[in-house]
Amino acid sequence: METLIIILVGILTAVAIYLILSRNLIRLILGTAILSHAVHLLILTMGGLKNGTVPLLGEDATVYVDALPQALILTAIVISFAVTAFILVLAYRAYQELGTDDLEEMRGADDE
Amino acid sequence: MMNNILIFPMLLPILAGIILIFFRTNRRLQIVVSLGAMIAVAVVSIYILHTIQTEGILRLDFGGWIPPFGILFVADSFAMILVVTTSIVTFICLLYAVIAAGKQMNTLYFHPAVLFLNAGVIGSFMTGDMFNLFVCFEVMLLSSYVLLTLGGSKRQLREAIKYVSINIVSSWFFLVALAYLYGSVGTLNMAHIAMRVAEDGQGPMLTTVSILFLIVFSLKAGLLLYFWLPGSYSTPPAVTSALFGALLTKVGIYALFRVFSLIFPHHPELTLSLIGFMAAITLIGGSLGAVSSNDIRKIAAYNVVIAVGFILVGLAISTPLAMEGSIYYLIHDMVVKALLFLVIGAMISLTGTSKIEEMSGIMKNYPLLGWSFFIAMLSLAGVPPFSGFIGKVLVSEGAIQNGNLVLLALALLSSLFVLYSLLRIFRNCFWGETIISKDEQLPLHKGILVPCLILVLLTAGIGLGGEGLAIYVTDAANTLLHPEIYIDAVFSNQQ
Repeated sequence: METLIIILVGILTAVAIYLILSRNLIRLILGTAILSHAVHLLILTMGGLKNGTVPLLGEDATVYVDALPQALILTAIVISFAVTAFILVLAYRAYQELGTDDLEEMRGADDE
Repeated sequence: MMNNILIFPMLLPILAGIILIFFRTNRRLQIVVSLGAMIAVAVVSIYILHTIQTEGILRLDFGGWIPPFGILFVADSFAMILVVTTSIVTFICLLYAVIAAGKQMNTLYFHPAVLFLNAGVIGSFMTGDMFNLFVCFEVMLLSSYVLLTLGGSKRQLREAIKYVSINIVSSWFFLVALAYLYGSVGTLNMAHIAMRVAEDGQGPMLTTVSILFLIVFSLKAGLLLYFWLPGSYSTPPAVTSALFGALLTKVGIYALFRVFSLIFPHHPELTLSLIGFMAAITLIGGSLGAVSSNDIRKIAAYNVVIAVGFILVGLAISTPLAMEGSIYYLIHDMVVKALLFLVIGAMISLTGTSKIEEMSGIMKNYPLLGWSFFIAMLSLAGVPPFSGFIGKVLVSEGAIQNGNLVLLALALLSSLFVLYSLLRIFRNCFWGETIISKDEQLPLHKGILVPCLILVLLTAGIGLGGEGLAIYVTDAANTLLHPEIYIDAVFSNQQ
């Protein structure tokens, strides 16, 4: 199961990198969103998948799952949500001001 | 030792920032609260730094969770020296913003953003938990995105997109490194990770993870991976550039020092030589950039890069002397980079241009500004009695002791390049024919010079009174070189 998820992480990362390398600003943003999903899955997998019961008192089991990676992902999701929201607004403003969403054209000359 | 006071340096800026968000249009309140918060942080952190000297490393376990289970703050001398310097430099930059920037800037969420930036920076210095370090980094980065785009000029927006995307990718690397680290050692408490790595030995897997961390922090610090830095540090208003130049890269440097002295010190032949190699290339690249540019803001930004290289030469050498030198140089660099960016900001607002060849003879109209720049230049080049001198001497001595002559030569050569690049500005912009006649001369707001002069006094003060800092710096270097002191402090349970 872990191996499957790791392969999925790899595919997601590849998709994200393909999107990030494109010239279109919106694709870049979608790429960063997928990139963060990939790493969240990776963190989840690092804690081990479904190898015990819920870590609650009274569950009366010998093995419990590690709850920490889930807490970490929750934090990471909130952060990536904030960053994605920011970069979306930034992209919109940049499009309004610069009149383009092509990254090649956003290089900027030195003499401004 | 447990101590609740450790929360204040991070809590005060957050609370002040939240309050100020609700009073956006009240300029007076913005100024009073943000300046007040930074003074309070400075006082509290000086007190903590002082307490550490008698009581040893302090820590605060949040929610009473005993390490390694909870998140904790650890205050050792290294972290607290940086917190003290951060709060003082921020205070001075805010003062400059209050005096120089227009009403628009002071009421446009500038103060809350600076306060949140500070909370992130200070949190990164004080935290003892790897994941919390990531969170604090993100707090700092999000505020820096806001500061970078504040004003919304075309140039700023364009550079911000690059800055934000490069930082998203580097944060991604940070999370990947954290995932693998957690997968291999099963803990996130820095001291606990250090203990487990020492027990199990730093195998190939952990060394790979350490290289991942090296990439992440190098991106943030501008070590070798500095290509994004000159563009984004030279676009925002002067105050923001000063804050970025003084604080942001230093957090990456701090993390490199912490991680490679505490957690992964077991394969110095690989990790430290890699850092030394990267520092060498950074010095060369930064020096070439600084002398090849004609934009004074770019020159200042490349000077940030050179300083990063220089400080990490100290880490690469890792002898007590070199470590002390790096810490001195870190303090010095925070102060003097703020000074450099503020003076350059004043020059640009006076002449309306940032090109070297379009300015000349500013000295005649604004002598005090000129001499402030002159002192910043001497201090950056490492001329005694200013603050850059001690750091350069100690790092060089360490390099000689260690026999690392290549790094020594590059570090000293880079000082010449720093001097040359700034001398070029000094000669072309301040001397020569005066282009501004007495009648057309823009009145320089008298107050603008106050923050600059405070920073000038600070750099001279650190240079002349370096002895006074010696106990703190020695203790900081000692803790860095003996990770067991840090680990013992975290796991001592006398409450």
